[in-house]
Amino acid sequence: MDLRIFIVKRLLLMLLTLLVLMTITFILFRIAPGDPVASMVSASLNPGARESLTRSFGLDKPMHIQYLLYLKNFLRGDMGQSFYYRLPVTQVLRPKLVNTLVLVGPATLIALIMGVLLGALTAARRAGKLDLFGTVIPLAIKAVPPFWTSMIALLIFSYRLDWFPSAGLRSPGHAADPILEKLLNADFFHHLALPLTILTLHFLAQPLLTMRNSMLDVQGEDFVEMARAKGIGERRVIYHHWIRNALLPVASIAPLMIGAIVGGQVLVETVFSWPGLGREMVSAINGYDYPVAQASFLIIGAVMIGMNLVADIAYAVLDPRVRLE
Amino acid sequence: MEVQPGHERRRSPHHTLLRGLRSLFKAISGQLNIVGTSRLGRLGLAGLVFFIALGVFAAYLAPYGPYEHVVYPDGKPATLEPPSRAHPAGTTLMSHDVLSQLIWGTRRTLVIALAASFSSIFIGTNIGLAAGYFGGRTDNILMRITDVAFGIPFLPFAMVALMTLGTEDIILIAVMTSVGWRTPARIIRSQVLTLRERPFVSVAESLGASSGRILYRHIAPNILPLAFITTILFVGESALVEASVSFLGFGNPESISWGQMLFYCFASQRMRVAWWWSVTPGLAIMLLVLSVFFVGRTYEEVVNPRLREW
Repeated sequence: MDLRIFIVKRLLLMLLTLLVLMTITFILFRIAPGDPVASMVSASLNPGARESLTRSFGLDKPMHIQYLLYLKNFLRGDMGQSFYYRLPVTQVLRPKLVNTLVLVGPATLIALIMGVLLGALTAARRAGKLDLFGTVIPLAIKAVPPFWTSMIALLIFSYRLDWFPSAGLRSPGHAADPILEKLLNADFFHHLALPLTILTLHFLAQPLLTMRNSMLDVQGEDFVEMARAKGIGERRVIYHHWIRNALLPVASIAPLMIGAIVGGQVLVETVFSWPGLGREMVSAINGYDYPVAQASFLIIGAVMIGMNLVADIAYAVLDPRVRLE
Repeated sequence: MEVQPGHERRRSPHHTLLRGLRSLFKAISGQLNIVGTSRLGRLGLAGLVFFIALGVFAAYLAPYGPYEHVVYPDGKPATLEPPSRAHPAGTTLMSHDVLSQLIWGTRRTLVIALAASFSSIFIGTNIGLAAGYFGGRTDNILMRITDVAFGIPFLPFAMVALMTLGTEDIILIAVMTSVGWRTPARIIRSQVLTLRERPFVSVAESLGASSGRILYRHIAPNILPLAFITTILFVGESALVEASVSFLGFGNPESISWGQMLFYCFASQRMRVAWWWSVTPGLAIMLLVLSVFFVGRTYEEVVNPRLREW
């Protein structure tokens, strides 16, 4: 199959997944406690305002029309009005999305690179045996929930040693508005260090283990021996023949990693009071701010579906065999 | 565990069920024997047995009730008491004994993890079996559904679902299952794809066996080891999920679990003073999940070295 056809097929699947996600959201929020109007319109507004909002969201119409309206509004970027902030949801969530991305983006990137490198290194150094950095630490990290590691990190590095701040994105009074100024200062990095480290540790455990494992599998393969027999330098054998082939299983665990990223993000943000999408979603649900909860859920889902698509295409490029399926 | 033709007797449905159960039991104990062959595996099994015993005999082992207020001899509540002889893991802000809560919590953590794993694997295995065996359009449809399921962000989905449907344990298990089947479905399908090309399947087909019979009498027994290992690993995964969901405040407030202990600890904002309150439940989670990993590792080394996770 042509790579282009493969990509088109995956894109269609992505749209279908998005539609399913939106449908699930629609159904879940319609059966949420309270009447259907409550899912979009705050109960604390005066009756007149309530009525006009109800009408503008079509909540007085039959269910199937409501559904179509909901899809249409979402595609137009209109996700309703936050009950709590009394602002359009998009306006509330845009900065939160940025905050999440500056935390999760670097963590994912560092974790992928370090995970692959450490996996390759520990495998090349010490074939087969249990070793501290190759198995023991990554396994221990994989065996605990990210929120617990965050709590322990707070306990040690923030409360006991007082090296890092315990919450938030910047110190109070440290308000800078232009985005670059907001992100490129020492205070921000000071706040970022701990959550970033924890997230990176959690994201890198799986690629490290998979890489190490697949390095050990590949080392005995004939083509590695063949490359050696041809008299290619050991360095070239490792980089061009060994690591390259060992990378495939790492690409294939992408869905696993993406799941870990989404879950880890919500938990770590909650513990470190990081004002991102995940924490906002938790507090919106607890505060019955349905429009915000609904929109943040959909945004997280859409980002996840997008990441899956990228991973799929990357895998198809790396291993042309999948395209034949 | 194929029955010899000579031994075929009149079968009542009851009899078949009993025999099915017996062969299932035999198969599982056979799988466990495999795990016992290495030290790591025995360590993992010991860990699992320990936690199961803790959960089953919680009522006899826990010094206090999960929500019993512990008091000093003078009648004052023992609040945030550091670990001591009387309270090896200290007490909480609400003067509950941490160790007792931990023991009681084991039961709920295990019950939810086991139930969610079994139901996920059961559904996932059947979908994988059907997709792999029938192939073609069935496979295509089932696998596209699986792809779609992989697009659902689990933890946020669980939060929304529990908010609207309620936080009872049975709902939590259902929510975990409704997403959890996707992984075993993919794993089992790829195994079935290779199995169905094997001669015994074409022989059974040429003898006129129905597809149901081929699937459940010929193919299913061969994927049992894989389903078993997936279940074990899922128990660890589910324990982590349950802890995360409870930690975010979506647990059932009427019963204690490890995640819930951590939720109360974090929400009380007494983490700074009471390290024992947060450290203990996390260590329990780690030990349980590591036991699961050890069992899984040993098992895969023996049964299918190619599928090892680490």
